[in-house]
Amino acid sequence: MVICFDSVALNQGDFHLSNVSFEVPAGAYAVLMGPTGCGKTTVLELLCGLRAPLIGKIHLDGADVTKLSPAARGVGYVPQDGALFPKLTVGEQIGFALRVRRAPEAEVVARVAELGELLGVGHLLGRSPHGLSGGERQRVALGRALAFRPKVLCLDEPLGALDEDMHGEMCALLKSIHAESGVTALHVTHSANEAEELATQLLRFESGSIRTSTPRENER
Amino acid sequence: MRQPADKRDRGFLAFLALFAGLYVALILGMLVADATYTTPRDLLNALESEEIRYAAKLSLTSSTITALLSVWFAVPIGYLLSRTEFTGKSFVDGVLDIPIVLPPMVIGLSLLILFQSPLGEAIESQVPVTYRVPSVILAQFAVSCAFAVRTMRVTFDQLPVRPEQVALTLGASRAQAFWRVTLPQAGGGALSAGLLAWARALGEFGPILVFSGATRMKTEVLPSTVWLELSTGNLEAAVAVSLLMVLAAITVLVTARALGVRRGW
Repeated sequence: MVICFDSVALNQGDFHLSNVSFEVPAGAYAVLMGPTGCGKTTVLELLCGLRAPLIGKIHLDGADVTKLSPAARGVGYVPQDGALFPKLTVGEQIGFALRVRRAPEAEVVARVAELGELLGVGHLLGRSPHGLSGGERQRVALGRALAFRPKVLCLDEPLGALDEDMHGEMCALLKSIHAESGVTALHVTHSANEAEELATQLLRFESGSIRTSTPRENER
Repeated sequence: MRQPADKRDRGFLAFLALFAGLYVALILGMLVADATYTTPRDLLNALESEEIRYAAKLSLTSSTITALLSVWFAVPIGYLLSRTEFTGKSFVDGVLDIPIVLPPMVIGLSLLILFQSPLGEAIESQVPVTYRVPSVILAQFAVSCAFAVRTMRVTFDQLPVRPEQVALTLGASRAQAFWRVTLPQAGGGALSAGLLAWARALGEFGPILVFSGATRMKTEVLPSTVWLELSTGNLEAAVAVSLLMVLAAITVLVTARALGVRRGW
């Protein structure tokens, strides 16, 4: 699914975003980088429908979604530190999107089991999120976002709080999930290594606007 | 030469402890004074009186109904104030504080006048309220609900908004996100709001006296009993009834807290 921001601007108290335009081709793994506080997370929130732009349009596969509710957009969202639902078990979190869609229970159970295994959290399905490690939380948040097979996936520093071993493992996992599902990903990070490892497209906030490049261009 | 840090810290901690100690001593002192003034015989005498038993029953049931009603109202109001912006929000916010700052007698008088207006009379023609049991609950609710609303507002303000937003991106409606994600986290706050409302309702006196009267075997609640007994010079009975209220309040507080702890609130 093609993501397209067309001259998007936003005013939120002291925070301003103006003239943000970029396009991510279908199936790409775009990595968005930029200094702290430049509005990377806001771009994800705009794409998910959690904030409305003041002006400008957001398109998904050519369709204008600017005024659509978050529920209607079908964009998977993995926020920073996971933001797991504190009172739901790991299995219930992963099955959440399917249950609110009233999917048959057998289908929910099968999908939860499948994602549990894929993400290596199958043994945690009955546990509450309390006491999970940083890596486990991120995997659960990822499973929760993937359960309804979104065409677009937003990841907000999903590897930020992980130690080095876990970091490599998660990178490999994200790569394989992206390759298998063909989802269009928009991944926010501070880490140039992460970008190098994962990105098929680089987006960089530079003096208020977003510059697009391919990783190879970037190396040159 | 300056003293080592831990010695200076001890002074500061002693300063904090002094004020905590003084206030705790005042509270315990009042309870001990009640307990030593009365004898088990006085307590039994009080419980043997049919009027006092009626007042105790009415106090406990009306306070419980009031607490449940208050939480029922406070959850949506608190959530609305915490999560939405709308025109006139600060006006609504201010109005919700009125019962907290208004003198209790004024609340009772206002209710009495309200129920003499055409609207009030229309309600009275269907359900008699004034000087009857419903007026007791309404008088308690008018004040207690405001405290429950404040507690629920703070509860929702303190809950991070992010999980709720994630629920929306997963396809949930705002109502589904509220019921499935946010409300389960607010259990502890709702329990506190209910307890606060219950305790306020149990102690409510002024508005009930004005709006419901203090008719024995009809609208007499325990605070009215204390007042009735005091006004007839029966100090022993007044203290015994006060102690009953203290015991009831402690029992409910401890039970509810234990329940809350068991459920992880």
